[in-house]
Order: sequence, then C-alpha cells, then structure tokens
Amino acid sequence: MERIPILRMGDVLLVTIQVDMYDRLAMTLQDDLTIRISETGAHGVLIDISSLDIVDSFIGRVLSNISLMASVLDATTVVVGMQPAVAITLVELGLSLQGVKTALNVERGMAMLRASTHLVDEKAEDAHREN
Amino acid sequence: MPDSNRILDILKKNEAQILTDWASEQTAAMADRSDLMNDAETRIQGKEFLGLLQTAVQFDGASDVQAAEWEPVRDMLANVSRSRALKGFTPSETANFVFSLKKPLFVHLQQELRADPAALADELWKITILLDKLGLWTTEVYQRSRNEIIARQQQELLELSTPVVKLWDGVLAVPLIGTLDSARTQIVMEALLQMIVDTGSEIAIIDITGVPTVDTLTAQHLLKAVSAARLMGADCIISGIRPQIAQTIVHLGVDLTTVTTKATMADAFRTAMQRLGTAFTRPQAKG
Repeated sequence: MERIPILRMGDVLLVTIQVDMYDRLAMTLQDDLTIRISETGAHGVLIDISSLDIVDSFIGRVLSNISLMASVLDATTVVVGMQPAVAITLVELGLSLQGVKTALNVERGMAMLRASTHLVDEKAEDAHREN
Repeated sequence: MPDSNRILDILKKNEAQILTDWASEQTAAMADRSDLMNDAETRIQGKEFLGLLQTAVQFDGASDVQAAEWEPVRDMLANVSRSRALKGFTPSETANFVFSLKKPLFVHLQQELRADPAALADELWKITILLDKLGLWTTEVYQRSRNEIIARQQQELLELSTPVVKLWDGVLAVPLIGTLDSARTQIVMEALLQMIVDTGSEIAIIDITGVPTVDTLTAQHLLKAVSAARLMGADCIISGIRPQIAQTIVHLGVDLTTVTTKATMADAFRTAMQRLGTAFTRPQAKG
C-alpha cells in the first residue's frame, strides 16, 4: 500500500506530500504520524504541501486533526507552502484551519519550529548534562 | 414576384429623390443633435443602405429579415448602430435611421399606386413590417454594443483597481479602492496570494481607505482574504479604517478581533517593521 514517508531530522519529523491525497492515504498518514511522534518523542512536525494542488474538505480536516493530535502529544505542527488556489478553496469551504501554524516555505517553517522547540531543547540538554 | 418588384421598381426609379428626402428627414429629426450628425455621412450611409436593400428585396418577398439574403443589410445596420452607440446616440435616434425612410418611400408608393388603393394598402403594410423589423434590429444591436461597452469598462476597472505593491522586503500592501464585491475580492485575493508566493512576504497590509462602505458581506470577504493569506503563512494587517466604518463594524456585530487592525497605513507599516525586527532612527541633524 502507498504510504507517505515520514523523515526524522533531530527533534523534528518531516512530511513531504508529493502525491495527490486521497482519503485512505490521509488516514494512513494520520495513523503513521501519531505513532512516529510517540515513538521518537519529536517536538516538531513539519508538513510540506507545496506540491499539493487539490485539497478537499476531508483532507483539510485531516490536516487540522493531525495538528491537534500532535499538540496533544506535545509536538508543534507547521503546515508550509500552501498553494494560493488551495488556500482560497479551503477558505471558501469554511475551513480556516484555526490553531494550525502555517509558514510560507520549509525554511521559515523550520525557523518557526526551532523557535518554539528551543526552550524544550535547552531543558533536555540541561537534563542530559546533569545525568 | 410582382409584389416585391414593385418596391424594387420604386427604389430604383426614385433612388436619388428618396435619398435626398430621407437625408432631410433625418436631419430634421436630429436638429438638436447637429454636433453628432453630419450630412455627408448620413447620405453615404443612406446610399449604401438603399443599395443593399435593393439587392435583398430582389431575392425575397421582403418578409424574413433574418434570412441569409438579408445578411449584408443586417451587417450594414449593425455597423451603423454600433458606431452610433459609441458616439452616444440614444436608442430612438439610432432606430430613427431606419424609421425615417418610411415617409419618403410612402410618398413615392402613393404616387405610383394612386389608381389601385388595394395594392397600395398591401404594399404599405409590407414596407411597414419590413422597416419595423429592421428598425428593431438596429435597436437590438445598439443594446448589444452598449452592453459590450459596459462589460469592457467593468473589466478595465477590475484590472485597474487591484494592485499589489511591495513596500519592503517581506511586506506587501494592497490599497483597495471602490466597493468590494465577490468578484473583486476574488481577484484581489488571487493577486495577493500569488504575490505572497512570488516575493516570499510574511506580512500583507490591506488598506481600505478607499472602500466607501463596509457591510457584513464586505467584512466577510476581507476576513476570507486574511484567512487565505494566513493559511499560506503570511500575516495580514487591515489599515485605513475610518471612524464611521469602525462604528458600522461594531454595530453590525462583525468580529474583527482575530485580525490586526490599524487606523492608518503608516501605523500598519510601523507594526510590520517591528514584527520583522527592523527599526528606523532619524539621523541627527547637523550643526
């Protein structure tokens, strides 16, 4: 079965969606991602949707849900690189993804994650040093 | 076809006379619009029309003006109406081009068929119907050309009034002017989002100083644009909210608390610079 790869970069999980999303794939991603967050203890999730041209209300809700689930698991989610047409569609559908952080591109998204996980990192390092 | 030939005969025999009468009819009807009319042009148009009319009448018993034989006449009339619509004639003045031909034609018909009242009535009826149809056709074309003009101007207005300006590295501005309806918001939104992608801007200032009134629909459109920009990772600041508009928004119960709003573009720009971490200092005056 087709799966969207989830890459680990230190404290951050990187998801790049490069195929058309259909409902099953989105649900699989949701399952995989929550599992990976709890396995790795990641504090940040970056979802790059810059090559996604079509988003329907279901996918929009899944993105929103993933972000909420990640925050329950103590990870910040940033959705980056949304296409103008996709943004307009989501707004017209009444889905403004409240509570989901967004950024223009991967670079900005990583900066955002780093800023929000910065304190966590320091604490972890301190704890590490004490041990 | 003796009937149609009778019209044709009269047209052929008396063309010069009819033309002169017709031109003077038109000039008389348009006496107060002499700035728009010119005699030579009227005569040229009249001559062309009579010529085409003779050809068309030959083919068909002058009944169905939508038939293929009448196409040259229709095209010619369409050109006349279109040029008159552009010049600012009224619909009646345009239709008058055809209707004023009635009198000169009737006069000649009467002379010709004085002896046969039945045939005269018959011919008059035919010509009336024919000219009425052609007159209506000119009105139709006139209306269509006016609509085209209006549509084109609307399009031009849309293109003119939706610029997206880059103010600073990472700061865009959209000065909105005029009433915001769905179509315009859509265009503004698309232009803004595309520009956000192209320039990689983080902050967009939407200035509504030039928007005369803000109702619930306009506010909703604005909020949509703001949400769409946010989805792409850019923040929006709405500026240029006049006191009356601030009052209207509160009275209407529109919730703008999720959006940063500023009174002036200058305030919005200052906020944008602060967020980007850029500071301005005035250089010390010398001496």
